[in-house]
Amino acid sequence: MSAATGTSRRTGEPRTGSSPRATEARLLAFAVVVTVFASMLLGWSQSPELPPSAVLTGVALTVVAIVAHLVVRATAPGADPTLLPLAFLLNGLGLVFVRRVDLAAGSDLATTQTVWTAVSVAAMCVVLVVVRNVRLLSRYQYTFGLLTLVLLVLPLVPGLSAGVINGAQLWIDVAGMRFQPGELAKLTMVVFLAGYLERKRALLSVSSQRIGPLLVPPPRHLAPVLVATFAALVVMAGLRDLGSALLLFGAFLAVLYVATGRAAYPALGLVAFAIGASIAYQLFAHVRVRVSIWLDPWSQVTDAGYQLAQSLFAIGTGGLTGAGLGGGRPQDVPFSATDAIFVVVGEELGLLGATALLVAFLLLVVRGYKISLTARDEFGTLLALGLTVTIALQTFVIVGGLTRVVPLTGITLPFVSYGGSSLLGNYVLIALLLRISDESRGRPGGRSSGRRRTIGRRRTDAAGAR
Amino acid sequence: MSKQIGRVAAFTLLLFGVLFVNLNVIALVQADDLANHPANRRLLIREYQIDRGSIVVGEEAIARSQETEGDLQYLREYPAGALYGHLTGYYSFILGRSGLEAALNEDLIGQPLEVLAQNLGDLLFARDQAGNTVELTLVPAAQRAAAEALGDRIGAVVAIDPRSGAVLASYASPSFDPGPLSTHDAAGIRAAWEPLRDDPDRPLVNRAISETYPPGSTFKLITAAAALENGRSPETAFPDEVVYDVPQTEADIGNFGNGACADGGTISLADAMRVSCNTVFARLGVEMGEDELIDMAERFGFNRQPPFELTVARSAIPKSMDVPSTAQSAIGQRDVRATPMQMAIVAAALANGGQLVEPHLVRAVRDPSGRLLRESSATAWNEGRFDSQVVDETVADQLRDMMIEVVEDGTGTQARIDGVTVGGKTGTAQTGGDPTVWFVGFADEEVAVAVVVPQAGGDATGGQVAAPIARAVMQAALAAS
Repeated sequence: MSAATGTSRRTGEPRTGSSPRATEARLLAFAVVVTVFASMLLGWSQSPELPPSAVLTGVALTVVAIVAHLVVRATAPGADPTLLPLAFLLNGLGLVFVRRVDLAAGSDLATTQTVWTAVSVAAMCVVLVVVRNVRLLSRYQYTFGLLTLVLLVLPLVPGLSAGVINGAQLWIDVAGMRFQPGELAKLTMVVFLAGYLERKRALLSVSSQRIGPLLVPPPRHLAPVLVATFAALVVMAGLRDLGSALLLFGAFLAVLYVATGRAAYPALGLVAFAIGASIAYQLFAHVRVRVSIWLDPWSQVTDAGYQLAQSLFAIGTGGLTGAGLGGGRPQDVPFSATDAIFVVVGEELGLLGATALLVAFLLLVVRGYKISLTARDEFGTLLALGLTVTIALQTFVIVGGLTRVVPLTGITLPFVSYGGSSLLGNYVLIALLLRISDESRGRPGGRSSGRRRTIGRRRTDAAGAR
Repeated sequence: MSKQIGRVAAFTLLLFGVLFVNLNVIALVQADDLANHPANRRLLIREYQIDRGSIVVGEEAIARSQETEGDLQYLREYPAGALYGHLTGYYSFILGRSGLEAALNEDLIGQPLEVLAQNLGDLLFARDQAGNTVELTLVPAAQRAAAEALGDRIGAVVAIDPRSGAVLASYASPSFDPGPLSTHDAAGIRAAWEPLRDDPDRPLVNRAISETYPPGSTFKLITAAAALENGRSPETAFPDEVVYDVPQTEADIGNFGNGACADGGTISLADAMRVSCNTVFARLGVEMGEDELIDMAERFGFNRQPPFELTVARSAIPKSMDVPSTAQSAIGQRDVRATPMQMAIVAAALANGGQLVEPHLVRAVRDPSGRLLRESSATAWNEGRFDSQVVDETVADQLRDMMIEVVEDGTGTQARIDGVTVGGKTGTAQTGGDPTVWFVGFADEEVAVAVVVPQAGGDATGGQVAAPIARAVMQAALAAS
């Protein structure tokens, strides 16, 4: 079978049997069926008769999945077949659990989220159609860099800013729609970084000076590390968004490390971050509060530590198999539809359900690293890596926050949390990964040829820089 | 670069590994602590989603659940108010559970809470779980008679069926209404709770089972039982003294009213019982010795925990006593203490041929469809070295006859009921201050009763104050049977 597939890939003939797209179709069907079944269970937990919302979710998701699949088939036929199904599985379960929160809170976020799903998948399709070659993006790297800064400060601009919501200033109001530009900033930043570091990696990799036990590059090349650290702290202070700062900085260090191959960079970065964080701890009360909750939520269960305590209660009470869909109390956990959606899963589906959800993320991340490894060129490698690390870190920061591994910061769980900007950003991210994986087709394990090509290009770039 | 990508991937796996391990710790290791944390309302709310079973007396529910809107789905109601307050206890999301609501929780829930909503089938098709109905042995008329007869007095009444151990009435005054303590309104619960907690008359204390009092002359039944078993008979003659000169002490024992009990010559054991003659029983105690007294008291249940649905305080007699102590204890003073429940058990055993039965409140437990799950029956109270046959039948009958004499023509005449064989023993314990007065007795073989009224007033006696209360309760119990 695999030999046949390989042949068809090379010859570009119509794929049959276990071609990537056929695999994708089957997996997508599985994701949709799981969602529909969960949606029905949720409906039955409330009344013996199936509510129309359960059917609606299923139908909408099926239609969107078919469209997405057809667009990928047309524009990126060789792309990784698991990305889209994993995104749909997470997205679909997200819809079910947002509906679950709706039932408890009397809200109707799930319908909005369904609309956002359609919009986001449309955005993904647009990116697939427009960006036919991922190198196209590296040409505009500085534009993306600038865009990142603009997106980050947008919520601070009077007139646009939606003000401080739940202790953070992350949203803008555009024509009555609330949007979180930071969700897109992480994408633009990764695009900028991949482009910038691909060009500078030679300079950053050579020459070393010894500071204590560390071998470090010349100080002027350290500038990006310091600038990024500073930017992360500015985000932390200005937007009161610890989670995003951690996310951006972590993605930056990972891309920097892979681009230069030097462990000194992330090591230095972490030292710088530690120093910066301790300064932030001294300067900002909200940072101190977060840390004190993390160290001891139990002495403040009724006030500052309420959300963390309720999260732990929910997961703990859920136990191994959970209270069952519809059997938990999402109304007890603040922000259960957005930041704390993982907690609702943990309570109602138990340790098993929560583990399954994390495994889905893990699979997505593993595929991301594989795409990074097999990308056609270094830009693609760095971009895929940055995007993958973004998803991995985001998952870790929010799940770890809700389970007291790290201080709790309010960020979304990719695809699962309620929130249009987050969903949109993550589907665009998937589009980029699909594109990179499609470009690498026909050269499985093609690192050697890739290396040759990129070495040649690097020389050109270095010359151009002079 | 692939080496670096591998390391980044490995680092990511490490992070996810930490998440997995930590999730397991929370959901498995810490799960119980988290589920039971006071600030976690989940188990509470789940519990209130159960249609908790009723507690039924006769035909009426004295505790029942009413469905409401709101987080706490079912509201607990107590239609009879304070009448059964000490028995049902309250069911409060702030104060927790007490009384039978606590003791019979698993029956009332229907199944252990942990099993709830743990499987899909339950979740989908059996969300409205109902608990079992618990039927009590109480006789409503007897319970009401106890409450009315006690009136505003502080005191307690326990009535038992001597043959089965079924508790027919158990009332302590003052009582409390569990209703306001069991609402879903936190402020209202506190407003109802605080005055009860701070009331100097301690209405939350169930004096029928959880407080001990000096039993006074009612303890003479036990002294007499020991004497009869030790070769004395009801006719055995004792010197009729004004004062019994207790060996080894200046504190001599006199009679009630400071006179002789009869004509100053001799007096029979039966007559000494009839008029409650202190000098005779104090002398008897010293003659027999402490061991006989302690042994007999323990056989009747002192220094033991009576088996019962609710926790009964231990009635006590010191394990070793000197001679003066023995003299005092033989007439129920000094360090001897008993609950009304314990004295009702003593009366029941004597009415039942010397056979000790376990007291019980639950007659039957039925599932929501009415099917009988459990039924109680007469159970002999024997444990360890204690046999349920406390004294042999002859001794029991002799004592029984002596008690009938007390009511016919002694200190207990106020307990007489026309056409019914009533026996009893009065008690008036002098403990400094107002006396604690008692009546323990039986009517036919059908009801045994103990009444206590502590601090009954300056010149109150068991015969005047406690006997009429016992009479009212026995009469009501007999009429209902």
